[in-house]
Amino acid sequence: MEAASISHNNFEQCIKCTICTVYCPVLKVNPAFPGPKHGGPDHERLRLKNPEFYDEALKYCLNCKRCEVACPSNVKIGDIIQSARIKHQKKPGKIRDFLLAHTDFMGTMATSFAPLINPVLGLGISKAALDGVLSIDRHRAFPKYTGQKFETWMKKQAETQSRYPEQVSYFHGCYVNYNNPQLGKDLVKIFNALGIGVQMLKNEKCCGVPLISNGYIGKAQKNGKSNLKAIRESVMDKNIPIVASSSSCTFTLRDEYPHLLDIDNTEVREHIEYATRYIYRLFSNPDRIKKLKFTDRKLNVVYHVPCHMKKMGWEIYTIELLKLIPNIKLTTFDSNCCGIAGTYGFKKENYKASQEIGKPLFDMIERSGADYVVSDCETCKWQIDMSTSQTCHHPLSFLAQILTN
Amino acid sequence: MKFDTILIGGGLAGLTCGIQLVGQGKKCLIVSSGQSALHFSSGSFDLLNQVNGEAISNPIEAIDRLSILNPSHPYAKIGKANVVSYARQAKALLERTGVETVGEENKNHFRITPLGILKPTWLSVPDYAVSPDDKALPWKKVSIFNIAGFLDFHPTFICEQFEKMGTQSDILTIDTPELDILRRNPSELRATNISQLFENETAFRNLAGIMRKGRNHSEAIIIPACLGLNGNSISKLSAMIDCPVYMIPTFPPSLAGIRSQRRMMKYFQKSGGYYMLGDVVNNIQIAPDGSFQVTTGNHGDVRFCSSNLVLATGSFFSRGIVALRNKIVEPVMGLDTYSSDDRNEWYAENFFDDQKYQYYGVKTNDTFQVMKEGKVIENFYAAGAILSGFNPLKEGCGSGVSLLTALHIAGQILKK
Ligand SMILES: Cc1cc2nc3c(=O)[nH]c(=O)nc-3n(C[C@H](O)[C@H](O)[C@H](O)COP(=O)(O)OP(=O)(O)OC[C@H]3O[C@@H](n4cnc5c(N)ncnc54)[C@H](O)[C@@H]3O)c2cc1C
Ligand code: SF4
Ligand code: SF4
Repeated sequence: MEAASISHNNFEQCIKCTICTVYCPVLKVNPAFPGPKHGGPDHERLRLKNPEFYDEALKYCLNCKRCEVACPSNVKIGDIIQSARIKHQKKPGKIRDFLLAHTDFMGTMATSFAPLINPVLGLGISKAALDGVLSIDRHRAFPKYTGQKFETWMKKQAETQSRYPEQVSYFHGCYVNYNNPQLGKDLVKIFNALGIGVQMLKNEKCCGVPLISNGYIGKAQKNGKSNLKAIRESVMDKNIPIVASSSSCTFTLRDEYPHLLDIDNTEVREHIEYATRYIYRLFSNPDRIKKLKFTDRKLNVVYHVPCHMKKMGWEIYTIELLKLIPNIKLTTFDSNCCGIAGTYGFKKENYKASQEIGKPLFDMIERSGADYVVSDCETCKWQIDMSTSQTCHHPLSFLAQILTN
Repeated sequence: MKFDTILIGGGLAGLTCGIQLVGQGKKCLIVSSGQSALHFSSGSFDLLNQVNGEAISNPIEAIDRLSILNPSHPYAKIGKANVVSYARQAKALLERTGVETVGEENKNHFRITPLGILKPTWLSVPDYAVSPDDKALPWKKVSIFNIAGFLDFHPTFICEQFEKMGTQSDILTIDTPELDILRRNPSELRATNISQLFENETAFRNLAGIMRKGRNHSEAIIIPACLGLNGNSISKLSAMIDCPVYMIPTFPPSLAGIRSQRRMMKYFQKSGGYYMLGDVVNNIQIAPDGSFQVTTGNHGDVRFCSSNLVLATGSFFSRGIVALRNKIVEPVMGLDTYSSDDRNEWYAENFFDDQKYQYYGVKTNDTFQVMKEGKVIENFYAAGAILSGFNPLKEGCGSGVSLLTALHIAGQILKK
């Protein structure tokens, strides 16, 4: 109905209302950050005239998209900022950023030496080294690397999984593969309970989130194209939809590919889903959903909605799924960022801001007296595990734990 | 996903209607594409300030005259008796959600604008400065404190206006070390960020200390509206320095408006309502049985179904209605609008004149059901700023129309 907007990110739709600035978590704690309105639509005007106006402080943006969710004029503020970073940011240089960005490289190296690496990463002395030499903050608890990759385990399941008449292709992501194969196994358990077999994509690559945020755009595009090829093959040729267990991988595959990496995923986008949404669709068939039998223990559960989940608006599917649990008291926290934003919070220069951003959430979790804390995003989990007395669970892992069948 | 009622737009109107419905056990979903006009609110809710260009002091008494002059005004459709009862219900509903207010429906009081001018209004939040009188303030001498470097508040204008009304004021500055960090980015030194900073107890105590010292026998202290978004409140500050402290609204974003929006949203969610922010309703289908299927930008082929639908998408500002070159349209469903197709009729040359476009909005019948191609759509209502037939600015009835039409519609849905 509206006149075709002129730019890709509709920055000219900004009416300068300042609403976005109220909801930016970084602006509250880091005055060096110009904020969503200035760094986004305001400066975009200037940058178009002269790239010299690019402000390096845009690197402090978490890409949480809370500004976009609040904007009444539908300005894609987060995309504007990320695109500007891609276009103008000084090339990445630090070894630290390389290591944080290349989750699959790090993962492959580390899983091979997991028994060696894990204790080393936990040692005070190596933390000091990471801090001093690599500027990875010493307070960070490093996610543990697994001894056996999820992919290795999955390959052994191929035969059993193929027996199910209904199939999904699982985009497991680096975290499941290298750090937490149990989450992948939990997903398989739940999908199997629903009568669905799980297979892997052909040659899955890191979705690109850490590459994009650390400035490795070429590599991200390369991965993206390869993933899109595998996804197309599954969706278009074999008619098998894609599910993912990471909210950020899902968001990247669906939205950041076209918006930031110029990868056109129109044909397959609707078939890439976060796992709880896929399961939600089965609600239309109550007999099937009844196959999931949960404990009738009284459970006090807190659900933290990750920023990218909020941006997609898909927390409603996780919530509806959790509500299937008979005696659950569910409290949802949806208005705070945990502060870690992927690899952002690992960097020494961001550590303080990262913890300050998350503090209101940590306090709410501590006050909640919850039996379980649940969240869809792996990096939110790291942050919550490290910063509160609670352990955060992925909704699928949580469900798998209380499944009685 | 099935609901009793889906509300499109989660501002004052959508939330009020939703809160009323979930309170009676109805399953409700609110979809809102972004934050609402409450973010620009003065901190006061207007019921009715003017009829036909004349200021009025008792809104209820004026409803009859307004209804004769403009039978399509939302208040005329609601009827005087209902206006009274809904106005009282609205105040109680706001209070239930944690939005306390002062004021009565049958007597306007006066709020103070960011420029220090008195304007009539119905309800104000208690931590804002108000006056019962339109020509004088309740104090002879006040101290006005501004935050050093804060650009959204102008004490000199306020001081000048106060002087005209016989109130003397000192202008003082608040500067605490904690503010340094915010001032490093002066253009982002905003009311909401300042409020967050003073949630810190030490900073709050420092603030109280500065005020106690600088107060100089004033009867009241006036500060910009930049405290009490979450915790540390004005009443706590008043008690600490043993002197009443009041706030005056700043330029946007509005602290009181954002606080109201948050509290109402939380209350709605706590009562079991579903609120989806940052999502746009882009299609509505009416099934053969008269129920509605709503499609949104985020949810693709997962549709939301309901037996009742309430459109509370606001006016031009929130894109509830959109002006094309020669037409005013309702963008979601193409509903009938009350407007002119001649662009020249939309506005008067003089900005301060009664602007026709302000009256534009969707057409409804007397029970606020919307129309398409002249036909009423059953169980499909419109509430709040999207309605036609009133001028929120000139008549001073913006919030009143949102609150009262929302309650009226909720009442009809509950009667079924
Ligand atoms: C700048 C400004 C200041 C004002 N100040 C005052 C004041 O101080 N006192 C007073 O009494 N009145 C004031 N008003 C009048 C104000 O309009 C009403 O008070 C009231 O807040 C309007 O509420 P509403 O819910 O009807 O609409 P809005 O608050 O406009 O809410 C509409 C919501 O619908 C959403 N929306 C729009 N289209 C879609 C879609 N397709 N899908 C999903 N969501 C959608 C929007 O994002 C928005 O959140 C002011 C108005 C403006 C514009
Ligand atoms: S919220 Fe949207 S319209 Fe308002 S200032 Fe930010 S980008 Fe501009
Ligand atoms: S994406 Fe998040 S961090 Fe970046 S500007 Fe928007 S709200 Fe701020």
